[in-house]
Order: sequence, then structure tokens, then C-alpha cells
Amino acid sequence: MSEEIELEPEVRKRLEDVGAELSPEKRSASFVQVDQEVKFSLNWLEDVEVMGIKQAIEKYDWLKDYVWKAVKPDQDEYTKLAVEDFNGYFIRALPNTKVEIPVEACFYLRGVKRQKVHNVIVADEGSEINIISGCASHPGVASGMHIGISEFFVKKDAKLTFTMIHSWDAGIEVRPRSAAIVEEGGVFISNYVLLSPVRLVQMYPTAYLKENATAIFSSIIFARDGSRVDLGSRAVLEGENSNADILSRSISKGGGVIARGHIVGKAPNVKGHLECRGLMLSERGYIHAIPELEAKYPNVDLSHEAAIGKIAEDEIFYLMSRGLTRDEATSAIIRGFMEIEIKGLPDFLRKEIDRAISMVESELAL
Amino acid sequence: MDVLRVVNLGIEVSGKKILQNVNLYIQQGQTFVLFGPNGSGKSSLLSAIVGHPSYRIYDGRIMFKGKDITNLSTDERIRMGMGIAFQNPPRVSGVKLIDILKHCARISGQSEEKVYEYAEMLNMVDMLNRNINSGFSGGEIKRSELLQLLVLNPDFIMLDEPDSGVDLENISIVGDAMRELLERDKPAEKRNKAGLIITHTGHILKYVDADYGVVLYKGRIACIGNPYDILEHVAKYGYEGCVKKCLRKLNSNRK
Repeated sequence: MSEEIELEPEVRKRLEDVGAELSPEKRSASFVQVDQEVKFSLNWLEDVEVMGIKQAIEKYDWLKDYVWKAVKPDQDEYTKLAVEDFNGYFIRALPNTKVEIPVEACFYLRGVKRQKVHNVIVADEGSEINIISGCASHPGVASGMHIGISEFFVKKDAKLTFTMIHSWDAGIEVRPRSAAIVEEGGVFISNYVLLSPVRLVQMYPTAYLKENATAIFSSIIFARDGSRVDLGSRAVLEGENSNADILSRSISKGGGVIARGHIVGKAPNVKGHLECRGLMLSERGYIHAIPELEAKYPNVDLSHEAAIGKIAEDEIFYLMSRGLTRDEATSAIIRGFMEIEIKGLPDFLRKEIDRAISMVESELAL
Repeated sequence: MDVLRVVNLGIEVSGKKILQNVNLYIQQGQTFVLFGPNGSGKSSLLSAIVGHPSYRIYDGRIMFKGKDITNLSTDERIRMGMGIAFQNPPRVSGVKLIDILKHCARISGQSEEKVYEYAEMLNMVDMLNRNINSGFSGGEIKRSELLQLLVLNPDFIMLDEPDSGVDLENISIVGDAMRELLERDKPAEKRNKAGLIITHTGHILKYVDADYGVVLYKGRIACIGNPYDILEHVAKYGYEGCVKKCLRKLNSNRK
């Protein structure tokens, strides 16, 4: 069993306030990095390894072949910043194991100007693992930047579900750089939830899919005044019969959202669908949906749908005709808008995402 | 006691007058059937009574249970005991039928068991976790509307074409639900519910023995009388013929 992580009370409180689950009974392992320091990474467990990335590189010689394999260090100015002086986690599900209880991995930005992170996640052949990553900044941190490199390796027939819930603050700039290599028959599910204020989030994670592999990206974005979110998901269907679904829900209440999506079909019988929906709640702010499909092979099936609008008055009236007040109706519709049906998403994760939405629900409509 | 009093009501939508000088009094225990050709203003009248914001009242007023509700919001009217089943309700994505039923049960104070009991009665148990009206067939929409009303348990019930699109297999279920809502299986003196039902074809009268029929014609009430007589006249002479006959009768009564 894992042990309770020792954290300063105010750090623990903030993490718990934003929904991080730190009690050892509910997680198979937990990891917390505060600024550049890996505060705690838990010990060996039977089916899953969790440790600081530096420790892992020392321990496993083979890991150097994985670091910077999916993401290139010279990709942009931010990846370059994270080449030296980084920390982060290494999580690995051992072959043919099913890690039933999720792993929690948290990043906490407290005082540094730039938090630099490099994570490597390996789901070994035939394994199954769920990772929940919560990121938060210390209340009152006026400005800061989080640069996070995450490289996912989903081996043959493995299934990796990664759910990231961000809880930054109005002064924080966030530049995750993620990529996944999904081997034959593997499944990669990536969920992203951003409901709290942030100055800027900019990312465009990419999954490279081999034969019969599947990727599902989903994102739920709520952008308030002063927040800018430029977020996309990209799937490169390189292997025969691979498939991808990209789903996004963006709400602007004064903030700006660029919702990108890009599916590239490069092999026979690949299938990809992009669904991008936006809801405008304010006269300020914007949502710009940019769905892209790219075929490099004749026998592909790629499609997309994008729609942006405001809350329909007839829907509000309908709910009011059942006795809901205007505010209750509006909030129910916004809540409903954020419900995404994600295939293969375990129930507890659905609840986890619902919990994140509930925590900000009162602020959504009003 | 009059549950509903519609007094000299005039309604306009986007500046266009669609109802004029409408007077309608409905007492506790009474069920009215509202006839009229397409575009005569039947649905508009129901929308105005329930307070749809697009239907502006330019004249007259609406009294409900003795209180002037002309300026109340829709949800306030519902909480006073009104209920409506729409003909074409919108989809609300992400909002499940069960979520709405739970809201309705909170307002009426009915138990959760009752929700499932009614869902069973209307053959809707499998639909409870579906997004409301999303991918529902015509008949499922009607049954879902009636289910919501049964849970809401209003004192005054408006039904807009509750039987259209319902298949033969479910028509008796829908009829039972309407009678239950309007307490039509109780003896007349024990009925507390009142209703106003829109029908196009009059088939509803086979399931609900309404007390009065009203013909709405070109935005005005042209005739009030026995619903079966009205239906017969419309079938024989069409709406125009029926209205003329009715007006003659009204005029001769006045003399």
C-alpha cells in the first residue's frame, strides 16, 4: 500500500481544494512536485512504478532512449527551455498488469518563475493504467510559467487513460508539450479539463498511432475574462486500421479560446472524427474553431463537425416550464454542454470530471 | 372557482398581432378542448398563458387562481400549479430526462418511487437516462411530456396535440395518462384539476371526455360549446362553416 504523502498544510489544502485526491486509499500511487522539487514519489508497488524522472534515468539505462523520443527538444523555444534543469515523473505499468486504482500526479507552482517538467509514462505491453494529473498554483502567485513535457508510450495492446485537470491562477502561463506513441492495438485516452482562471494555456498534444491503435482526445474549456486558451489535439494515423476521436467543448465567458484539431490519415482503412463545439456566454471574448483534416492515402474516412453558438432561449424556456428558474436552467444547460460521452472512460473518471465541473458550477452561469 | 381567467387578451409576436380579444374562463374540474385550423393561434394562446417571453401581451390580462399573473415569469407560473406539454419541445443536450423529472418531483413534492412508477406506466423507463428529446420518436416525445407533467402534478394542465405521432400500441397509454392528469376517471364533483387541450383532429375526445370545446379562428375565439357537437360540425362543414353556424347561433341568442 502507498503511504500518506507529507506536504505543507497549505499546499495540501490548495491541492485538495482543486480536487486532487491525496488519500492513499483511493490512489495506487501518488506523486507531487512543488516548483522544481519532487516532494514525494511513492515506492514500488506491485504493478506500477512511480518515481522522479531523474531517479528513473539513473536506475534504468534504457530510459534514455525514451526521453525526447516523442517530443523533440528543439520543437520550439519552450521545449528548449526544459532541456536542462527539469524534474518530473516516471510512471510505468508493468507488462500485462491492470492497475485498477488510478495514479495521482500533481504539479504545484509555488514560487519559481518557471516550473519545468519532463514526464515519461510507459504502459507496457498488455497493461492498463489510469493517471489523473492535477496542476495548481499557490494562491496569490502573481505570475509564473509551467512548461511540461510529457511523453507517453503505449505499448502493444496496452490502454492508458490520462486525465489532466488544471487549476491555475490569473497570472500563470502554461505550455504543455505532449506526445504519445501508441503501438499496435494500443489505446490512448487523453482528457483535459480547464475551468479555473489562467493567463494562457497553449498546447497541441499529438498522438502517433500504429496499426489498430486508438486515440481519444477530449477537452472541456471554460475561459473567463483575461484567460486565453489555445488548445488543440492532433492524431497522426500512421498504421492500418488505426482510429482517432477528438472532442472539444469550449465556453467563453469573456475569455478567448482557439479550439484546434488535426487528424492526419496516412494509412489504409483509418478512421478519424473531430467534434468541436463552442458556447458563447458573453459579448466579450471569442471562440475560434479550427478543425483540420489531412488525407495522405486514398482509403481513409475522416470527418469533422464544428458548431458555435449561444445558449438557445427555447431551451431555457423549456426548462423554466418545468419550474427551473432562469439561472437554474442556464446552469443546467451549461452543465449539459460540458457532458462528453467518452468511449471507454471508466465510471470513476466520469465522476472525477463531474466533480471538477461541480466545484465551479456556481460560477458558471452567473 | 375559476382556475384560469383569460380576460380580453391580445398577443403579439415580433410586432404582429396574433391573438385579439380572447376571453376564456376555466373552472376547477373542467377540461376544455381547443379546436382551430393551422395558424389560428392555438399554440400561441398556450404559450402566452405559460408566459413564453416571445409572446407579448399588448392588451388584457391573465388571472390564475385569483391572482394576476400577466407579469410573472414562466417558472413562477409553474410553481403556482400550471403545467404544459409541448408539441415540439427542444432537445437539450447533456440534460437527461431523469434530471428534469427530479426537478419536477422536487417542486411537486412527489417521491422518487412515484417518478419510476409513472415512468413504468408510460413505458419510458429505458429513456430516463437519455438526453431529453434527443433521438426520441414522435410518440416518445409525447410520452415524455406527459410523464414530466404527471411528476409535476399541476392543477391546471395544458396539452398541445398530445396524441399526434403516437403509434397505436401506445395510444391507450397516452389516453390513460391524460385521464389521470385531469382526474377524468373520478366523478365530476370530485375533480380538482382543470385542463386545456389542443387538438387538430379531435381524436383526443375518444380518450378524454372533455366538458367544453372552443374554436379559435383567425386569432379570436369564435365558438364555445359542446365539444362533440363542434367536432361534428367541423367534420361536416369545415372550420369556416362551423364558425358561421356558431356566430349565427350566438347572434340569435343575443336577440
